[in-house]
Amino acid sequence: MLRTEEMLLNVGPQHPSTHGVFRLILKIDGETIKEAKPVIGYLHRGTEKLAEDLQYTQIIPYTDRMDYVSAMTNNYVICHAVETMMGIEVPERAEFLRVMAMELGRVSSHLLWWGTFVLDLGATSPLLYAFREREMILNLLNELSGARLTFNYMRVGGVKWDAPEGWVDKVREFIPHMREQIKGYHDLVTGNEIFLNRVKGIGKYTKEDALNYSLSGPNLRCTGVKWDLRKNEPYSIYDRFNFDVPVREEGDVLSRYHVRFAEIEEALKILEQCVEQFPEEGPILAKVPKIIKAPKGEAFVRIESPRGEIGCYIASDGKKEPYRLKFRRPSFYNLQILPKLLEGESISNLIAILGAVDIILGEVDG
Amino acid sequence: MIEGLLHDQASLLNFVIFFVLAAVLLLVILGFVTYAILAERKVMGFMQMRYGPNQVGGPWGLLQTVADVLKLLLKEDTIPKLADKPLFILAPVIAFAPSFMVVATIPFTDKLQFADIGVGLLYYIAVSGLTTIGVVMAGWSSNNKFALLGGMRAAAQMISYEIPLVMSVLGVILLTGSLNLNEIVAAQENVWYILLQPIGFIVFFIASVAELNRIPFDLPEAENELIAGYFVEYSGFRWAFFMLSEYVYMFAMASLTTVLFLGGWLPLFSFLDFIPGAVWFALKFSLVIFILLWFRSTFPRIKADQLMEFGWKVLLPVALANIFLTAIIKELL
Repeated sequence: MLRTEEMLLNVGPQHPSTHGVFRLILKIDGETIKEAKPVIGYLHRGTEKLAEDLQYTQIIPYTDRMDYVSAMTNNYVICHAVETMMGIEVPERAEFLRVMAMELGRVSSHLLWWGTFVLDLGATSPLLYAFREREMILNLLNELSGARLTFNYMRVGGVKWDAPEGWVDKVREFIPHMREQIKGYHDLVTGNEIFLNRVKGIGKYTKEDALNYSLSGPNLRCTGVKWDLRKNEPYSIYDRFNFDVPVREEGDVLSRYHVRFAEIEEALKILEQCVEQFPEEGPILAKVPKIIKAPKGEAFVRIESPRGEIGCYIASDGKKEPYRLKFRRPSFYNLQILPKLLEGESISNLIAILGAVDIILGEVDG
Repeated sequence: MIEGLLHDQASLLNFVIFFVLAAVLLLVILGFVTYAILAERKVMGFMQMRYGPNQVGGPWGLLQTVADVLKLLLKEDTIPKLADKPLFILAPVIAFAPSFMVVATIPFTDKLQFADIGVGLLYYIAVSGLTTIGVVMAGWSSNNKFALLGGMRAAAQMISYEIPLVMSVLGVILLTGSLNLNEIVAAQENVWYILLQPIGFIVFFIASVAELNRIPFDLPEAENELIAGYFVEYSGFRWAFFMLSEYVYMFAMASLTTVLFLGGWLPLFSFLDFIPGAVWFALKFSLVIFILLWFRSTFPRIKADQLMEFGWKVLLPVALANIFLTAIIKELL
């Protein structure tokens, strides 16, 4: 007897395109997805719980391991939260170093995204081109912090290390180089007919959907919502810089692609201004007590990471460890819309849609 | 010589001669596959700012593939518990055997050809279609969902691109008036068919890339979607057989492209005919291979539904129009 039946397909946790240990349970009919159920938690390390037994400075390395592709923003959010609670004024030079580190991180994060996204679509070379420039950024950050991925660079009240001699000039040289390379990337991939056919018009959602699902970052801005915390709720010294918030209206995979590329350009603009305004000298760490104790109370801060809004909530009872710590991890929230997007799509589209969300499993699972 | 042997009384000597000839051809092809894989890795490395293999066998990694093959031989041969065992074992053989069979008809020079068949082109196309069965068998018998999806994709793709492939060479056949590959080359004495049949060539080349399952048409084994596609459960030397058949097809298809459109062993200009035909053949052949490698490091992968659309709605009508045009022009001239 001939009959058809739905097939249950496990994509992941070991699958080359899930970027880590993400698992999707698919109900498929032929190659059409009827239902998709994401399963997360394979990389859960209980960062928030662990933090309850750690002093504030000790928490910083744990945040590196959440969004390991742009660890600088994570460093910043925890320091920023504690500083807000304690009312610490951060020295100017330290703020500049932080902003430069974060923007470099943003560029490298988007580059990595670009490389892996296009790799998922089957083109192998762009990944290596993206890594060439990412390598330069990692070298810069390595000179700054002594690490290439898990920086542990920022401290409550400033940064750990001052920029080595000539570092700012290296950043200055890097900016035009990067701009030049972006043109090459566009030539290689953006105009490619096969690429456009694969990403145009798929994974579409509306402004309302995006807001209802609490999406943030490029996933939100691709639907036309002009919302960037660096502009709308300026923290650090972002109000000093002149930059734009790239927005697209379409809400499909291609628009997310364009938004991310435009963000690289804006990050370069910020870096350029940072390099110009960088204070010659000054302290890099505010006067903070030896043992950091956040006063009794609670605080929530949020900043713009490459993936969206990363927030940090601290409830303190006045001890040197937080009573409760909570991170709003943008990848986790951005992932929630995936089952809705995947319904009725094919498996090839699944890869493109999942890739365009830009998840980092360390961040999804906490 | 072979003609004579074929008409002789069957004897042990005949058998030995044929056997040795086949073994020689197999060795030549294995040599090609070894270095095609190396070339692929080197060319891609060069395009991607990497070194490629550079450890085993000197700075160019000349023995890298040999080492890889040895490793594959030593690997444990696993068969999944719930696999359809006889089919699982048979599939790689069925996929590989036709790829080797088609090479027999390719005329490398006017003298070096293993089987000069009157309907050489037809034979090539008919036999190469058999591989699909092996691929589908592999996908089915593995009892793996990814393999099954890969197998189905492979079947759909290979069948739908076989048709434009055949249609695109009909123009060449019309011009030559023969299905014999030797005569097709001989007919290109004055001008190659790539110039007389540009549309046919483009359709043929695209369809042949699809037949070879290479990027941008490598959907059956799309590693980012289906992990490895139909051979995901295979390991060791069974897996190597699939790999081998893929590269042998690359060899065969590049040879066929050379024969049909690039004038086979004929020199570029007639005053250059002091260079032996084998060298010309090798040069043209390498160019085709290089373009295939170049494709691989440039293009992303096409989507399954777009692949089918492209095959049936674009390539087939264009190929048919090409036949029509060729027939009209031939009639008028």
